[in-house]
Amino acid sequence: MSLKNNVPEGPLADKWTKYKSTMNLVAPNNKRRIEIIVVGTGLAGASAAATLGELGYQVKCFTFHDSPRRAHSIAAQGGINAAKNYQNDGDSAYRLFYDTIKGGDYRSREANVHRLAEVSTEIIDQCVAQGVPFAREYGGLLANRSFGGVQVSRTFYARGQTGQQLLIGAYQALSRQIARGSVTMYNRHEMLDLVKVDGKARGIICRNLLTGEIERFAAHCVVLATGGYGNVFYLSTNAMASNVTAAWKSVKKGALMANPCYTQIHPTCIPVSGEYQSKLTLMSESLRNDGRVWVPNKVSDAEAIQRGEKNALDIPEEDRDYYLERRYPAFGNLVPRDVASRAAKVACDEGKGVSKTGLAVFLDFASAIERYGKAEALMAGISNPSKEKITELGRAVIKKKYGNLFQMYEKITGENPYKLPMKIYPAVHYTMGGIWVDYNLQTNVPGLFALGESNFSDHGANRLGASALMQGLADGYFVIPYTIGQFLSKEIRTPAIDPNGPEFIQAEKEVKEKINQLMGIQGNQSVESFHRKLGKIMWEYCGMARNAEGLKKGRQMIRDLRKEFYSDVFIPGTNDEYNPELEKAMRVADFLELGEVMMVDALNREESCGGHFREEHQSEEGEAKRNDADYTYVAAWEWNEENPILHKEDLVFENVELKTRSYK
Amino acid sequence: MKLTLKIWRQKNQSSKGAFESYQVEADEHMSFLEMLDVLNEQLISEKKSPVAFEHDCREGICGTCNLVIDGRPHGPSQGTTTCQLHMRSFKDGDTIHIEPFRARSFPIIKDLVVDRTAFDRIIQSGGYVSVNTGQAQDGNAIPIEGNTAAKAFDSATCIGCGACVAACPNGSAMLFTSAKVQHLGLLPQGKVEHKSRVQKMVAQMDKEGFGFCSNVGACEAECPKEISIDNIAAMNRGFVGSMFSTEE
Amino acid sequence: MSLTGLFLITFLLVHLIGNLQLLAGDEGQAFNIYSDFMANNPLIQGISKGLYLFILLHAIQGLMMAWKNKKAKTSKYAGGRGSGSWASKNMALLGTLVLAFMFIHMGDFWYKIKFDSNSINAVSYAGLDHEIKDVYSKVMETFKNPIFVVAYLIGLIALAFHLGHGFQSAFQTLGLRHKKYTPAINFVGLAFAILIPLGFAILPLYMFFN
Repeated sequence: MSLKNNVPEGPLADKWTKYKSTMNLVAPNNKRRIEIIVVGTGLAGASAAATLGELGYQVKCFTFHDSPRRAHSIAAQGGINAAKNYQNDGDSAYRLFYDTIKGGDYRSREANVHRLAEVSTEIIDQCVAQGVPFAREYGGLLANRSFGGVQVSRTFYARGQTGQQLLIGAYQALSRQIARGSVTMYNRHEMLDLVKVDGKARGIICRNLLTGEIERFAAHCVVLATGGYGNVFYLSTNAMASNVTAAWKSVKKGALMANPCYTQIHPTCIPVSGEYQSKLTLMSESLRNDGRVWVPNKVSDAEAIQRGEKNALDIPEEDRDYYLERRYPAFGNLVPRDVASRAAKVACDEGKGVSKTGLAVFLDFASAIERYGKAEALMAGISNPSKEKITELGRAVIKKKYGNLFQMYEKITGENPYKLPMKIYPAVHYTMGGIWVDYNLQTNVPGLFALGESNFSDHGANRLGASALMQGLADGYFVIPYTIGQFLSKEIRTPAIDPNGPEFIQAEKEVKEKINQLMGIQGNQSVESFHRKLGKIMWEYCGMARNAEGLKKGRQMIRDLRKEFYSDVFIPGTNDEYNPELEKAMRVADFLELGEVMMVDALNREESCGGHFREEHQSEEGEAKRNDADYTYVAAWEWNEENPILHKEDLVFENVELKTRSYK
Repeated sequence: MKLTLKIWRQKNQSSKGAFESYQVEADEHMSFLEMLDVLNEQLISEKKSPVAFEHDCREGICGTCNLVIDGRPHGPSQGTTTCQLHMRSFKDGDTIHIEPFRARSFPIIKDLVVDRTAFDRIIQSGGYVSVNTGQAQDGNAIPIEGNTAAKAFDSATCIGCGACVAACPNGSAMLFTSAKVQHLGLLPQGKVEHKSRVQKMVAQMDKEGFGFCSNVGACEAECPKEISIDNIAAMNRGFVGSMFSTEE
Repeated sequence: MSLTGLFLITFLLVHLIGNLQLLAGDEGQAFNIYSDFMANNPLIQGISKGLYLFILLHAIQGLMMAWKNKKAKTSKYAGGRGSGSWASKNMALLGTLVLAFMFIHMGDFWYKIKFDSNSINAVSYAGLDHEIKDVYSKVMETFKNPIFVVAYLIGLIALAFHLGHGFQSAFQTLGLRHKKYTPAINFVGLAFAILIPLGFAILPLYMFFN
C-alpha cells in the first residue's frame, strides 16, 4: 500500500491558505443531507462536532462517558501554546513550527506542523469568544507563561486548569448544537467496530453501556477523536477509562497505526506507593523552574532512605548529586521531558532511588525557598534576617506560585513538601503515535478521519508542553471542518447510508460474537489483573529505555498473556446490563494486541529519538543517537495476527535542517 | 487497617436497594476508590458481583466520581473529590456508609451509579455563548479586568459532579446553574445573552424536577471546588432583573 | 417567599412594640387604648387585611415549596447528617408550628375581641368619650394558665429558629449579598431572631409570675 500524504504544493507558509481557498466545498443544501459520525468528545471531538454542526451537517456524536464534559482533555493542567506574540518577544508561526519540529526530534510532517502553528492564534480568539476565562494581566490583556524547550512566552493558561476550561468551552459549543438539533448526542455509547461499505467508512457499531444493547449507526463518514493509548501501560496519568478500542477496531478494519512506540514519559509525577495503585498523578512541569532534582551520591545513603532510617534532610550538601545540573549544565533542571525522565531512571537503576520502592528522586525547593526568602527580606528592609524568617518568607513566595500543586501533593502523599523535598518519578503521560492520517486528517480508509491525540500527526517523537491542547482544538475547530469537504464533496449524490445493510449486520454479528466469547470464558482471573500484568511488561520492556533483546522478550510475553487472557479471564455479570467489568475486558483485549505492535515498532526503529530510547543507540555520555539516514520515516503498521506489516511514509524536510538536539 | 463498609446495592433503577456489609483490608496510603478497587477484586475472586461506582480521571477534575460517604457527598475532607480522598482520613476499625447521590433528578442506574444527564440539559438550555467557530475577534480586543476574569474563573471551576444537588435537602441544582450563569455573565462575551440565559436555564432546572433553593448552604459546604453561594445570590438578582425586563 | 417573609418580619417588630405597653405598669390603660385604636382605625384594618393575605401567601408558598422539595429528594442518607443548620432544613416544620401558634393566639384574643364581646369586659378611662374593651385583663387572665404560657413559649421558640434562618435567607433569595454587608445582615438577623421572640416571651412570663 502506498501512503499518499496529500500535502499540497507550494511554499510551506502558503500551503494551507492556498489549499483552503481552492478546496472543494459542500453547498448548504447538501450539507443538510450529509451525516457525520464523531466519536469522542474531548477537545478534538467536541470542537469538531460543534463546528460541523454549525456548518449545517447532521452530526451524531458519541462518548462512552455519562456526559461529553468528562473527556480526559479536562485534566490538562499547564496551558495552550499559540504564536500570538502578545509579549513582543519574537514569536511567530514559523518559530512555533520550528520549536515543535525540533522538540519532536525531527520525526513529524513539516506541512502539518506549520498549519498547526498558523491556526494556533485563531484558537485563542475562538476560546475567548466562548467565555474561556484565561488568565489576564491587571490591564485586562491576556497573560502568558513559558514552558519547557522554547525561548519565548507563548503559553496561555487558566490557572492549573487550562484543559478543563477549554473543554468546557468546547462542550458548551457542542451543547448549543445539541439544543439546535444539528448534533445528536449519544452518551454512554462505546464504539466497538467500524463499518466499511465498498471500502469507505460508513458507520460504527456501539454498545449501549446502560443496557448492553448493540446498536448500528450509519453516516457518510466517520471521525475518530478518541484520544491516546497510554493506558496500555496500566499505570499512567491517563484517566481510568481512556482506551484504544475505537482506534484499534479501525486498525483492524484497515487503518494503520503510526509510530506506536513514541510514548511520552513525563518526568514529574507522584511515584507509585503500592501494588494497589490505580493511576498516577502529574505534577506540573512548571515546578522544575524552581525545584532542583537530586539523589544521594552514595548508594548506602539511598538505601537508608529506602528503609526509612534517614530522610532527605539527613543528607549533607556534599553527598547530594544534582544530576541534571551536573549532566546538562546549559539547561539544568529544565531539560525536555524525555531527557529528564531518562536521567531519573539512570539514577534509580544505580540504586540511588529515594522511596520505599527505590523508584523516586527528590525535587527539592529548599534553595528556591532560601533564594526567594532573602530577596523578600531585602525588599522588606529586614537587615540580618534570621534563618527562620528567610524560610518563612521564602515559603510564602513558593506557596503563591505553586500552592495548589503543593496542596495536591500533600493530599495524595500525606507529606509536607514545604519541609521535605517532593519525591517524583516519571510516568506515562501522552502517546505521540496514533492512527496514520494524511494532510486532510483522513486515514488510509476513505471517509475515516482521526483527530487530536488519536492521530499521529504533529508531535513527532516527543511532544512539547502545552501543545496537546493546541493540536486537539486546531484539528477540531479549524482543520477538519475544511478538509472533510474534500471527501464529502464527492458524496453529495450518495443517499443516506442504510444501517440495515449487510455490512452493518455482519459487523454487529461479529461484535456480539466477540462479547459472547469473552463472557463465555468464565476463567479465574480478573480483567484488572491482566491489565496490571500487561502494564508491567510494557513498562519493563517498552518503557523509558528499550533494547532489542527486551523487546523480543516482551513481545513474546504479551502473546502469552493474550493467550492466557482468552482462556482464563473472568467477567462477572451479564452482557445485557450496566457492566463495567465487561467494558474493561473489551478494552484490555485491544491493549493486548496494541502492546505487541508497540514492541514490534520499537524493535524496528533502530535509533533513539524523542520518547523512544534504544539502549543500543546512545552516545558515550548516554545521550540519544538518531539515525536520520535510515529512519526519517513514519512507520505505519497494518494489523496482522502473526506479524504486523510495515508501511512507510518518508519524511521530507525542505525547510528545516536536521540537527542533533543538545542540552549540555 | 480493617474496615467495615456498608454499601448501597441496587440492581437497577426499578429494583429496591439496600445496604450490604463488607469487610475490607486497606492501606492508609490508598485513595478511597483504590480501597473500593480492592473490595471489588475480592468480590470478583469470590465470583460475586462487584460494586458499581463511577470514576475516571482520579485526580479531582473530571467530575465523574460521586459517592456519599457517611452522609457527606465526596466524604469528610473539605474541598476534595472522592477520588482525592485518602484512607488516612479514616481509622482502623471504622464503619463507613457508602451510598449514591440521592435526588429525584439523578435516578440510580446501579449500586452507586446515578444518571446526571439533567445537568447536560440545563447547559443545553442556554449555558453557552452563541458564537460560531471563526466568528471571533482578536482575543485581546476586549480587555477584561484581571479580577473579573478571576471571579469568572472561580465560578467556572465547577466540575459538574452534582455534589451540590446531593447535599441539598431539597435536591436543588441552584449552585450548579448559578455557577454557569455567573461564569458567563461576568464576562463581556457572555453578558449579551445574560437575561435570556438566566430565564432559560432556571426554567430547564425546574423542568428537570430539581427542588427550590431554601438557602441551607449545604451545597457550598460540600462542593469539592468550594464554589460559593454568592453565585446563587447573583443569579437571583439577575433573575429578578430579567422578570422586569420588557424583552422577551 | 422572601418578600412576604420580610413583610411579616416588619409586622413582628410593630406588633412587639405595641404589646410592650402591657408592661407600662398603668393597669393596662395604654395597652387597652392601643388595642382599641388597632381594632377600629380603618387604615389599620386595611393593613391587617393585607397582613392576613401575606401570612396566607407565605404559608401556602412555603408548604408548596416544601412539598416540591420533598419530591425532588428521594431519601435521606444513612451514614450521618449532612451540612447546613437544622433550622434551615426544617423551615416548613417550624413554619407550621408558628402557624398553629398563630391560630391559638388569634383564637384567644383576636376572635374574642371581634366576635365574642361578652367574654371581655368593658372599661372606661378619663379623657375617652366611650367605653373600650379591657383586653389587658383578658391577657392577664389567659396567662395565669400555665398551659397557655407553655404553648406560647413553644410557638415563640419555633419562631426564633424560623427567623434565625429566614431573615438572612430572604436577603440571599433577593440576591442582596455583599462582601461587606452580608455579615452585618447576618448579625442583625441573628439579633432579631433572638430579641423579638424573647420580647414576646417576656409578656406571658411577666403576667404569669406577677
